[in-house]
Amino acid sequence: MTRRARGLLVQAALAAALLLGLGYLAWNTAQNLEARKIASGFAYLWREAGFEIGETGFFAYNAADSYLRALAIGLSNTLRVAAIGVVLATALGTLLGLARLGPNLLLSKLAGAYVEVLRNIPLLVQLFFWYVLISENLPAPAAALNPLPGVFLSNRGIFFPLPGDAPVLSGFNFTGGGALSPEFAALLTGLVTYTAAFIAEIVRAGVLSVPRGQVEAARSLGLGRGDTLRRVVLPQALRLIVPPLTSQYLNLTKNSSLAVAIGYPDLVSIANTAMNQTGQAIEGVASIMAVFLTISLSISAFMGWYNRRVALRGLAR
Amino acid sequence: MKWLRAQLFSNWWSTLATLAILWLAWKALPPFVEWAFVDAVWRAADPRECRAPGAGACWAFIWEKHRFILFGTYPYGQHWRPAAATVLLISLWVFSSFRYSWKWWLPALWAAGLALIAVLMWGGTLGLPYVENERWGGLILTLLLASAGIAFAFPLSILLALGRRSGLPVVRAACAGYIELIRGVPLISVLFMASVMLPLFLPAGVTIDKLLRAQLALVLFAAAYLAEVVRGGLQAMPRHQEETADALGFSWWGKMRLVILPQALRLSIPPLVNTFIGFFKDTSLVLIIGLFDLLSTIKVSLQDPAWSGFGAEAYLFACLVYFAFCYAMSAYSRRLERGGAPRLLAQS
Repeated sequence: MTRRARGLLVQAALAAALLLGLGYLAWNTAQNLEARKIASGFAYLWREAGFEIGETGFFAYNAADSYLRALAIGLSNTLRVAAIGVVLATALGTLLGLARLGPNLLLSKLAGAYVEVLRNIPLLVQLFFWYVLISENLPAPAAALNPLPGVFLSNRGIFFPLPGDAPVLSGFNFTGGGALSPEFAALLTGLVTYTAAFIAEIVRAGVLSVPRGQVEAARSLGLGRGDTLRRVVLPQALRLIVPPLTSQYLNLTKNSSLAVAIGYPDLVSIANTAMNQTGQAIEGVASIMAVFLTISLSISAFMGWYNRRVALRGLAR
Repeated sequence: MKWLRAQLFSNWWSTLATLAILWLAWKALPPFVEWAFVDAVWRAADPRECRAPGAGACWAFIWEKHRFILFGTYPYGQHWRPAAATVLLISLWVFSSFRYSWKWWLPALWAAGLALIAVLMWGGTLGLPYVENERWGGLILTLLLASAGIAFAFPLSILLALGRRSGLPVVRAACAGYIELIRGVPLISVLFMASVMLPLFLPAGVTIDKLLRAQLALVLFAAAYLAEVVRGGLQAMPRHQEETADALGFSWWGKMRLVILPQALRLSIPPLVNTFIGFFKDTSLVLIIGLFDLLSTIKVSLQDPAWSGFGAEAYLFACLVYFAFCYAMSAYSRRLERGGAPRLLAQS
């Protein structure tokens, strides 16, 4: 048998095995669904959800709304925590990465220890830790910590002033101003501090990749430390930083699904509730996967576009 | 003095940072040390001792619950069995970290070790009472999920990586599709798939228990990530290795098994260790689908009303345990990157 014929045979066998396997699973599933009287299809999305959602962001929602709307609220919560998290994690991670390379020994050792500790503890443990810290160990609103004027930390959440609207204590809680629920605050803190540790390492590796001669040349041209970093080192380092950085953004977004463990109503926890109520597990898991795959693929498409844009002419692959 | 000046006070910003750090340490460290050590309650017969005014951290909580945290709901009188299994499993890992042990017999040793652990944990022979795996829990469950996960995912990942680089379009598309699908979705959705969807996939009358379903999900998940690491090793191989093997008349499997993989896998050992650290941390997610791993037993301990409210202590303890394992592995991985594994015996 020739090599080519063998190749065709192997491929045909694999395709047949995959199709048969999937078909077998689908057939089993159909039988099981029928036996257990579980509906299939996405018609349930238009039925009344019947559960309340703790925080709905900018959108209105009540228990009489449909599952589709509940899932959309969940998605908006996921995107909200991911978007804010990405910005804050980038800022913190960049500062940490630069601090590690900076001239101050104390600061660089401290940043190194931060990275080492945070990277080596599961995110879920850290989320639980932040959550009990906020919900059990912070004082009640009446005795809230007040680290900055107008900012209050309490076991009911974190309150901060918005322009022309400061939080005031009324009854058992604060009203007015901006507020973060304990769940959101714990999730955001956990995601940001954890991801920042990875970003710090990426930034550090990127900056170290810039040849020393570049820095020396910039300094001898009379640029200051700040200008050297901003105008010479970072633009070159970015080329190496951006690809792993986008995959960290993707990780942060995927990790936001751990919200289900501390009760922040993200997409996964709402889909989980919907699955428990309707029994339609396949549709639930499929919609979670479809949403995350869409996010992943669009971020990688963006990364490809960006890479082509920043690539050096002639080095573009 | 000069050294100190260069390191800490080289310019205004540096001085400012040093002073800020010293001030923060001055403000935060003494209260923390007081809470965690000086005023801490280490042993208490009664949780009220921890709630006395002025009491610091309640480490007595960990002491009170340590049997449950370590062994979960395993029968109390049989706790020596998971304890022995834990020691055995950790010894296997430590032994495998020495370069001396990277021989053909290592997989055989692991198979024997895992078989012994299975006998210890399940029992039912040698006069050991049978313990169903619904009752396994604590540290051994975390270690087992991670170890068995890697043991099964690794061979699968090699196949996936080879498939993704194969010249056959159908094989390549199937492997690439699988890898990208799994890597694109969060682990929790794969775990949900195993815990709620898998029972629907099976023919009527066939059931797989929760632990094995979670293990299956972890294997499928880890395989996709490991496959990318192995692929990195394969890509780093110089092209002439493959061409030489072809010229010598090796078959495809022979070429891979005898020429390419031994070199490519060696190249990918440091990133493999890093992937393994990530995977070890990820096993904590089984808590969400209701398995009693280490994190889960710690969380459940907090539900005892007599001892509730010591969450900070409990999770600090969890941080410490996970950190000890992950730090040891990452220190090992750094050492590998610098120049090879420690040798068990001095060799020439």
